[in-house]
Amino acid sequence: MSKYVIIGGSAGGIGAVEAIREVDPIGTLTVISEETVPQYSRPMISEYVSREATLETMKYRGDQFWNKNNVQPLTGRAAVNIDFTKKQVELEGGTKIDFEKLLIATGGKPFVPRMKGGEKNGVFTFTELSSAKGLESKLEHSKSAVVIGGGLIGVSTSEVLVKRGITVTLVELKQHILNLILDEKASEIAEKVLTEAGVTVITGQTVQRILGRKDNEGSVGGVVMTDGKEIPCDLVVVAIGVIPRTELVKETDMKLNRGIVVDRFMRTNIPDVYACGDVAEAHDFLLNGNRLLPLWPLAHLGGQVAGYNMAGKKVEYAGGTVMSSLKYFDLPIIAVGNTNPEDSGDYELLVERQPEKTVYKKILLKDNRIVAFIFLGDIEKAGILFHLLKNHVDVSEIKDRLLSEDFGIVTLPEQLRQNLFVVN
Amino acid sequence: MKRVSIKEEACIGCGLCQVHCIIEHSKSKDPIKAYLKEQPRPVSRVRVETNKPYSISIRCQQCKDTPCVTACLTGTMTLDKETGLVVHDAEKCIGCWTCIMVCPYSAIKPDISSKIVAKCDLCPNLEVPACVANCPNEALVCEEVKQ
Repeated sequence: MSKYVIIGGSAGGIGAVEAIREVDPIGTLTVISEETVPQYSRPMISEYVSREATLETMKYRGDQFWNKNNVQPLTGRAAVNIDFTKKQVELEGGTKIDFEKLLIATGGKPFVPRMKGGEKNGVFTFTELSSAKGLESKLEHSKSAVVIGGGLIGVSTSEVLVKRGITVTLVELKQHILNLILDEKASEIAEKVLTEAGVTVITGQTVQRILGRKDNEGSVGGVVMTDGKEIPCDLVVVAIGVIPRTELVKETDMKLNRGIVVDRFMRTNIPDVYACGDVAEAHDFLLNGNRLLPLWPLAHLGGQVAGYNMAGKKVEYAGGTVMSSLKYFDLPIIAVGNTNPEDSGDYELLVERQPEKTVYKKILLKDNRIVAFIFLGDIEKAGILFHLLKNHVDVSEIKDRLLSEDFGIVTLPEQLRQNLFVVN
Repeated sequence: MKRVSIKEEACIGCGLCQVHCIIEHSKSKDPIKAYLKEQPRPVSRVRVETNKPYSISIRCQQCKDTPCVTACLTGTMTLDKETGLVVHDAEKCIGCWTCIMVCPYSAIKPDISSKIVAKCDLCPNLEVPACVANCPNEALVCEEVKQ
């Protein structure tokens, strides 16, 4: 019997452990993690492969994290079944653990479409340490790679591979890379930066099939694009996206959409069972509804909120939205909200361009409220904008100042400053 | 918990807080060397904002709900439970800029040349933070606040 059981030891699980221990220092707490390396920063697998981080520096919290928090970690163990009536989690091998409160923080898994040749040696994904390690071990003897998917992970992977001296071709099905985050203009700037760094960017196409090597059919030798063109390569990285790992609860009464649906307290529809992170569909403060948002900061925050509520302290999840900060190829970008809406006529647009400094900023307003923005090249004031957006603040009084060089807390009307920026 | 606050009516926007922040966070602690010779030059962890006739000096406010700690991708930004202060570990930082996105004060600075962020650390080697000690109009106050 463990009072609290958490399935998943990444961002959500860590956040929940910290929150539970703040409220309840003694209740028994078990964390089940399939990974053998517990609590590392997943976003840092890029730094690991580029050799800028080691397994030691990748740890999200100190070595004694589980110990200090009085947690029983079950690492390298997989949960295979949950019995919600008996309130039991079953592990591989048959061990059963009773729980009073359960958190499902199983995360996401990389989406890999069926593709001819997809089983060949040299095809990798890039969202967890084990697959990144596999990729890393091949780099010394590889010259070129094709990265499928021009989103965050694809661009991050491309950067890492370039740093390790690999010739990279990045393939994006849509017309622009990073199209879920950026508008066309920002995407073009990013694409130019990638190209200058030596990446060949191909858009509007994808990989049709993966070819074997002439001397070794089982290993990657190249790809065939949708237009039939062949690109020789030693490695293929599939970076199309992640899908929620809901397999544990698929045949149960748990309410699922694409992910596990949770309320503002991270509760599922089943009593005493919570979910957070990439597996959950939680509140989006712009949408004012639930959606999948597989982002590390939101998984951590959701885990904290779940933890507090599991331990009996009622805390509401403020929610998240599409929010990204990018550092790749030394081009800083912060983009929040839907920066490229189809019905752009419904929005008021503020734009600032300084091509000589590689600065591009765009703000979208609706009813005098900021609903999306891109800060590219100059990101220092993005946080104030994010705060105004998140709080749905009417910015009509300061609209013409939002993009000026001297915009800051001092620009905000007195009343707003007092209401919003009080130090708690 | 220590925190630097500002008497807005007394701030004249002179910018000396920025200068002394840079010097204190330089290797040499010497104004000429810090400004002319050190590469990369340290960034100021405070920002003077002007909206005439007003000006204020902004730095980390040590928020209790610590959005930067929650959002940090690497565990670089942590809350020291004993002092109540938000601590940034420059060694661990990968410069992903996520904390910059969520800081309501935009008080965390991108140090582009070092590819990490910089924030106010309340000058751990000094009794009174450099910006406070050198504010000519006593607009900055370092006070003890309840955690």
